[in-house]
Amino acid sequence: MIEVKNLTKKFGDFTAVDDISFDVKNGEIFAFLGPNGAGKSTTIKMLTTLLSQTSGKIKLNGYDPKTDSDAVRRSFGIVFQDPSLDDELTAWENMEFHGALYDIPKKVRRERIEKLIGFVDLTDRKNSLVKEFSGGMKRRLEIARGLLHHPKIMFLDEPTLGLDPQTRNHMWEYLSGLNKTEGTTVFFTTHYMEEAERIAQRIAIIDHGKIIAIGTADDLKQKTGTSSLEDAFLALTVFYWLWGTVLVLFFKEPARGII
Amino acid sequence: MGYGFGSVFQRAGEGDYIEFLAPGIIGMSIIFTAVFSGIEVIWDRQFGFLKEMLAAPIPRHSIMIGRTLGGATVATIQGLIVMLISFVLGFHPASWLAVFPAVLVMFLIALLFTSVGTIIGSLLSDMQGFQLIMNFLVMPLFFLSGALFPLEGLPKALSVITKLDPLSYGIDGLRELLLGVGHYGIFIDIAALSAITFFFLMLGGYFFKRIQI
Ligand SMILES: Nc1ncnc2c1ncn2[C@@H]1O[C@H](COP(=O)(O)OP(=O)(O)OP(=O)(O)O)[C@@H](O)[C@H]1O
Ligand SMILES: [Mg+2]
Repeated sequence: MIEVKNLTKKFGDFTAVDDISFDVKNGEIFAFLGPNGAGKSTTIKMLTTLLSQTSGKIKLNGYDPKTDSDAVRRSFGIVFQDPSLDDELTAWENMEFHGALYDIPKKVRRERIEKLIGFVDLTDRKNSLVKEFSGGMKRRLEIARGLLHHPKIMFLDEPTLGLDPQTRNHMWEYLSGLNKTEGTTVFFTTHYMEEAERIAQRIAIIDHGKIIAIGTADDLKQKTGTSSLEDAFLALTVFYWLWGTVLVLFFKEPARGII
Repeated sequence: MGYGFGSVFQRAGEGDYIEFLAPGIIGMSIIFTAVFSGIEVIWDRQFGFLKEMLAAPIPRHSIMIGRTLGGATVATIQGLIVMLISFVLGFHPASWLAVFPAVLVMFLIALLFTSVGTIIGSLLSDMQGFQLIMNFLVMPLFFLSGALFPLEGLPKALSVITKLDPLSYGIDGLRELLLGVGHYGIFIDIAALSAITFFFLMLGGYFFKRIQI
């Protein structure tokens, strides 16, 4: 469903994503785990046509985001890490607008909006302007909006950031449901190990723009001889950092993507 | 000014600077509103809403054209309001029927400058360069368009510059329609304005498509 080969993104001299390759199968739930600034959001932006890569190849639902951007955009839905609501509209209007953008038939649209707004507990605030919402309420609305249409692939960039545990669980239940009933492929990023371990079938650990490990949670634990994913994650990133330091200090290797 | 208001003021002996100025003022209110609404892309980008639009399964040129038509409509209405005020203040067009084609010219001006705003908005990622653009692009386009002085009897250099300023065809077209006197002739005005507008609309679409987030 997603095929990435030697994908690289440079901002000037800085390499944010450094020659990564991975595949995500149809109907798979896949997680990107990595520290701040690792390149997770940058990768998602390239996969979703918002940013063009410096080099490398992407295929999403069989289409290339560079040349077939419209077909790619018809294949996915996304919840962004950063705010993307229209503050001057009400919660309901934001949902309606999204429904119209994604061409959801009126009847289905009304029903789903009603359901999702209830689902994130905003029913009694649905006619309030978004600028009057608290940070968490905005986040809830972003999630509800992202779930409004049912795409082949769902991207979620740190969806649970700033959400209370209850809404978080709700959201994952809903997504698992979509994944089971409609075979939706789910690609998400998170900083919560237990979340990645519980939800994702496979996990890629990305650090300084490079994928340093990829596999099931069990694979990763086995590889590092640790008992929890949290330890595996720390072991991998610390090892990676040490290795980079060694290269630079002793072999005068340029710190390409490392450190 | 000092170039003499000559031929334009020969219209039935009612030489009146306010009369002469009205089309320029209408044009001014349109271009400022239009450039502004084009530039709003920057705000949408900063507040994040642009992402929602750009990730949606709508061809980007449709988004751009939709935005531009919306912005141009608002700017035209703004121009209409200024025109109505000028009527109340005693400005009377040579023929009332000419008001309708004049609205068309106003819409073309609006479309052109909303596209210019969109181009700027697509290229800048924050509002820092905005003042610069206003001072070095929009103001000169306005001042050199002949909005404030007649296009007759200009020194050679200035006359070439005004010919290169797309707004001068718009203002001249309005003058032609509302005052019945102009410089280039209404067909040249409308043809030039349409061609330039079309070009900038395409250019706006090109840059809008290229926005990276
Ligand atoms: N537009 C840009 N210009 C320059 N550098 C950028 C730009 N966008 C991202 N970067 C850099 O690329 C790197 C990766 O950023 P990215 O947003 O992908 O990280 P991330 O993994 O999503 O981190 P986080 O967990 O904090 O969201 C960072 O060092 C960031 O500073
Ligand atoms: Mg991020």
